[in-house]
Order: sequence, then C-alpha cells, then structure tokens
Amino acid sequence: MTYTEDSRNKIMNTIRSSLGVSGDEAERITRTSIRLDQHKPNLIPERARKTQLENIALFRNMMESQSATVVELKGMDDVPGAVAGYLRDNNLAAEIRMGSDPILTELTWSAALALETKIGKAVPQDSAALSRAFGAAAETGTLFLLSGVDNPTTLNFLPETHIVVLRKVDIAGSYEEVWEQLREVQGQRTMPRTVNLISGPSRTADIEQTIIMGAHGPRRMCILLVGTT
Amino acid sequence: MEPTSHAFKDNVRKALNDDQLQRALGNVKTGFIDKRAKARAALPEFDQLRDQARDIKDHSLAHLDLYLEEYERKVTYSGGHVHWAATAAEAREIILDLCTRAGAKTVTKGKSMVAEEIALNDHLEAQGIEVVETDLGEYLIQIRGETPSHIIAPAVHLNKEQIEQDFRKTHTDLPEDRSLDRPEQLVNEARTVLRDKFIAADVGITGANLLIAETGSSVIVTNEGNGDLTQILPRVHIVIATIEKIVPTREDAMTILRVLARSATGQEFTTYTTFSTGPKRPDDPDGPEEYHVVILDNGRSEMLGTEFREVLRCIRCGACMNHCPVYHAIGGHAYGWVYPGPIGAVLTPSLIGVEKAGHLPNASTFCGRCEAVCPMRIPLPKLMRKLREREFEKAASPWQQRAGIKIWAFFAKRPRLYRRSTNILIAILARFGRRRGTFRYLPFAGGWTKYRELPAPQGRTFHQLWREQRNERVHK
Repeated sequence: MTYTEDSRNKIMNTIRSSLGVSGDEAERITRTSIRLDQHKPNLIPERARKTQLENIALFRNMMESQSATVVELKGMDDVPGAVAGYLRDNNLAAEIRMGSDPILTELTWSAALALETKIGKAVPQDSAALSRAFGAAAETGTLFLLSGVDNPTTLNFLPETHIVVLRKVDIAGSYEEVWEQLREVQGQRTMPRTVNLISGPSRTADIEQTIIMGAHGPRRMCILLVGTT
Repeated sequence: MEPTSHAFKDNVRKALNDDQLQRALGNVKTGFIDKRAKARAALPEFDQLRDQARDIKDHSLAHLDLYLEEYERKVTYSGGHVHWAATAAEAREIILDLCTRAGAKTVTKGKSMVAEEIALNDHLEAQGIEVVETDLGEYLIQIRGETPSHIIAPAVHLNKEQIEQDFRKTHTDLPEDRSLDRPEQLVNEARTVLRDKFIAADVGITGANLLIAETGSSVIVTNEGNGDLTQILPRVHIVIATIEKIVPTREDAMTILRVLARSATGQEFTTYTTFSTGPKRPDDPDGPEEYHVVILDNGRSEMLGTEFREVLRCIRCGACMNHCPVYHAIGGHAYGWVYPGPIGAVLTPSLIGVEKAGHLPNASTFCGRCEAVCPMRIPLPKLMRKLREREFEKAASPWQQRAGIKIWAFFAKRPRLYRRSTNILIAILARFGRRRGTFRYLPFAGGWTKYRELPAPQGRTFHQLWREQRNERVHK
C-alpha cells in the first residue's frame, strides 16, 4: 500500500498523544505483556461452575431451547445408526458429508445400510454434514468447532442439515475452559484458521422481528451426545 | 452516505407522519425490551459482567497503541495482512485496491457498520464491482437503496408487505404467481437468491465485533450464518474494523460477548460467534487464501484524548436505541447518518462535527434509560449534555434558543428575582387559564403548543406550596 505506513504512524502518534504516552514506558509494556501471557479469566457465572453431570444437563437444555435436537448415545459405535435414523426421520436423503476426522471415518459406516458417506469439504450440492465438536460450553449450549482437514468449516454452514458429534467428556461449564483445552492441544497464543462457536441452527429476525429458522446456514441441527455418565 | 443530520427537524416531521414507519416501530417498543429483561433476569451476574466489560475496554483503550502493535504482529505471524487507514477515503481506496488485485467481479458482504460509515458499497460499485449484502436486513435495505435504520436490525423500519413488493420488483426471474405473504417464504427466497452470490463471490468483506491482541483474531457474531459463508467461500477475506475494537485476550472477549447478545437481542448467546485468524493453513481444505484486516481510525484516536473517550467503549449492541423514547417515535433514518439513537446522538457530532449534527444531542428527554441499559456503562446523557454545551459555545444553535437560554440564565442566577417574577407569571397564567384548564396557544411558545396543550398553573409556585406545607407541619 502507498500510504498505509504513513497512516500507521499517524494513527499511532495521535493515539499516544491522546493518551499522553510515548509508547516506551516500561511499566505499560510489562502490564500488557503480563495480561497477554496470563490471559486470566474474568468473572465466570455460577451456572458455568457446576459438576460434569449438571453441565451435560444444562448443555442439553440450552441446545434444545435454541431449537437443536439432542440425541444421547452410549458409544461412538452408535453414531452411524443415529445419523441414518435422524436423516430418515426427517425425510432427508441418505447421504452425509464429513471431513477426515479419524474418530468419525473409522466408524463402521457399512452398518448403516444405504447411507452414502462422502469425505472432504462441503460442496453446494451436499444436503447434510457431520462434524465433531472440539468441545462445548454448557453455560449457553455452545459448540466449539475447529477448522482443518478433520472438520472443514464449510460443513458447518453449506448443507441444510448439520449433525455434530460431541463427546460428553468434552463438555465444559464455561467458554474459558474450552479455550484452555485448546491451548493445551495447540499451544499458547495460537488459533486454528477458524473457530466456530455455534449455538443452534441458523435463524433471522429481520422481518418484523419474527424468528425464522434457516436463514443462510443449516435449517436444522442435531447433536449426538456420546458417552456414559 | 451524505449526512442529513443538519435537517434533523424536517426528518423528524416526516418520520412522525409516516404510517408504515410508525407501525414498524411498534415492534421495537416491546420485543427488544422484554427479551433483554428476560435475559438479564436469567443471569444473576449480568450487571457485574457489565462492570467488568467496561473495565476491559477502559484498560484496552488506555493501552491501545501497545495492543494494536501486538495484534498486528500476530496477524502477520499467522499469514494475514494489516492495512492502516487514517480516514474513510483511505479505507475505501485500500479495499478497492485489494478487490481490484483479486480481479473481483462479485463481492459479498457481512453486516458492518464501519463499511456504512465509509460508504464502501458506492465506492466499489462505481468501479463496476457487484456488491451484495448478505445479512437479510442489509439485503432488504440494499435493494431499496436505503441505509440501516438500526445498528443490529437494519430493516426494522419495514413491514413484510413492503418487503414482498421489493422482492417482486427485484427478483424478476422468479414466477410472478408465487406466494410471498408469509415471512418464511420471504426468508426462503432470499436464501435461494443469495446462495448463488455466496458461491460466485471472489472477495468476502466482513466487519469485526472484536479484535484479539493475544492471537491476532477477528471476531464476528451473526444469527444467520451469512458472515461465515461470506468469509469462508471466496478466495479473499477482507475485515474492516476500527481501532477501538481491540481487546487483550480471548478471556476478555468472552466477558464482552456474555453481555453483547443479551443486551442486543436478548439471546443467551448469538447463534454463530466466529474467530478468524489469518488465511487458510496449508492442510485446510477450505477457507480464504488471503486474509486482510483494514484498521480504520477516522477521528477515533483524537476522541481518545477528549471527554468523549468513553464512547469508544461502545460494542454496537443497540440497547440504547431499543430503550429510547425518541428512537421509538422517529426511528433511525431521522438521525440522518449511520448511527442512530442515543449512541448516534453522541457519536455522529463527534465524527462529522457539531456544525452538521448539532441537533442530535438535543433529541433527548434525558430520561436516562440509555445509560441504564448500556452494557458498557457509557454515560450517554452526560455526553449529550457536553455536546449541547459545545454547540452553544460554537454558536451553532439558533439565536432564539441562545437568547432564551441567556434570559433564563439571567433570572436563574438571581434566585430572589427568579422567585418574584415566576410568582407573578404563574398567577397571570393561572387567571387566564382557569376556565379551560389548559392553553392551546401561548405567545413565544407557538412551536411547543402546536403539538400539545400546556396545563394551566394552579396559581402558586412550588416554593410557595413548600413553605405552606412546612409551616403547617411546624404548627401541628
């Protein structure tokens, strides 16, 4: 860019003169770097500080109140059958798109008769997609989905039906716990290209404030909650 | 857009006589207020979270230079590009240049108030680029050639019959006899039409609700998922954001997000909250190949050094306008620029000048509801009062008003004279108004009595009544 460097200096200089600082004050620099390194949580609401059993119940309640369907399954082996069943019950085509997440691809899909599985990112023709959530925050029934070859982001938005596998052990109370889990897996101060926090299917209230489902993203969402408690 | 805030009084008159608008505004008065109240009641810590959200933004603003530098470092590290724009014109040029270099024919857009502020669409369209708004509300006003009338519900001034007419006029390739009287049908039609645009787009432009210094991420919230289709399908993703969107960490972002949706739509959380960091990674099967962030100042760095710094805490939730009796009466367009309602009454004169928008801070009853509901605890009435002072100092207000205030001030500074003259005035008014009880017309107050009647005083002033009551008590 021609003027972006000049503009950068101009903006920085004005900010510093407005704040009455030079930018070199050691105390300010220390304060900000400590804040970034420690990334301390602020107030966590009480509802997000419960037992695992309560977290699961709250997550389920919240998700259902946000118009998603929640189905509890004992184990991962039940997933293919549950996917086929959900599609059938909703009169949808018996096909599902998913990424390369081994937790999903290594399931015995042949057990779900007549269900066609496709691997890779979503294309506009896909009618339904299956993803695995990295985690979830019970406090508002919010899934965390990470971009990448395992669970491409297009799966979350292009098809009309989105089915998400979530292991009960991956449900946390608060959002902050999920960020902490992500830091453990991927490291400090780094993020996947896209992290989607999703709380139900797509909706709009832009016409006379009436809520209509399926604005641009999925019209329906089903959470397969896997594990014993 | 060219501001019409200077013509505020004419705008108001038009709005009050617009039946369609008045019907649509009925939805604002009840819906938003009830939903926010319910969401607040469901989270006992809500007000504490507001205090913390305010403190986070105050801290971020006090260290704005350092966090912006850190943010830029992290965006660059993740493979993205940061572009700095001091003015609206610079931001438009940078974005046009990026679109041209991408060979863009079609650009999809997520909802962005900053893009409205810099009038981006007109600029790109003038160069032959097709710009498509994808948020349903924004799409509706785009095909009508209007501007948003609300920060989060841009088409809140429309009724569904108007939308049906617009769709029939615009989507001419669809069968004429199709049924469009239910909102579902309108949403479906928009979904189908816009789906093709999402897929065809070469560049996707979104705003940002927050920028995170810790990771170099930009955050958007939507309920429709349009922002996500806008940014994951095209080859290039451009984010347009202003300097004050920065917060230090993801933890800080979550505290603000906890109060954002609840204050705005009354939802526990918005359906989609998306964190984007750089372009797609080597193994990613989808996502944009280029990620650009245009950081706009447009007067904010100077505001930072003034008594209006607190405005920069605003997270654009719209709660202030949802609860504003003036907004309820006139809607958003009357404010004449991008930001309506109480926040607009403070932001607009600060951004485009008191000379052009001096009327806006006068459009307040100072009832204080805006400040009471603001999740970032921005003292909006106090700031409006400061703008009124500024307008007065700059002699931007009409001479009659200035003369009136000066006369009043003369008496107000002399309490004994004030009391004596009000005693006389009130006694006279009481005598003349005794028969009807109200005045339909009063000399020098024609502007006021044109729309309402003035109740006639009962004959004694408050001071007199107070003294009498005290005396009675003493004698009892």
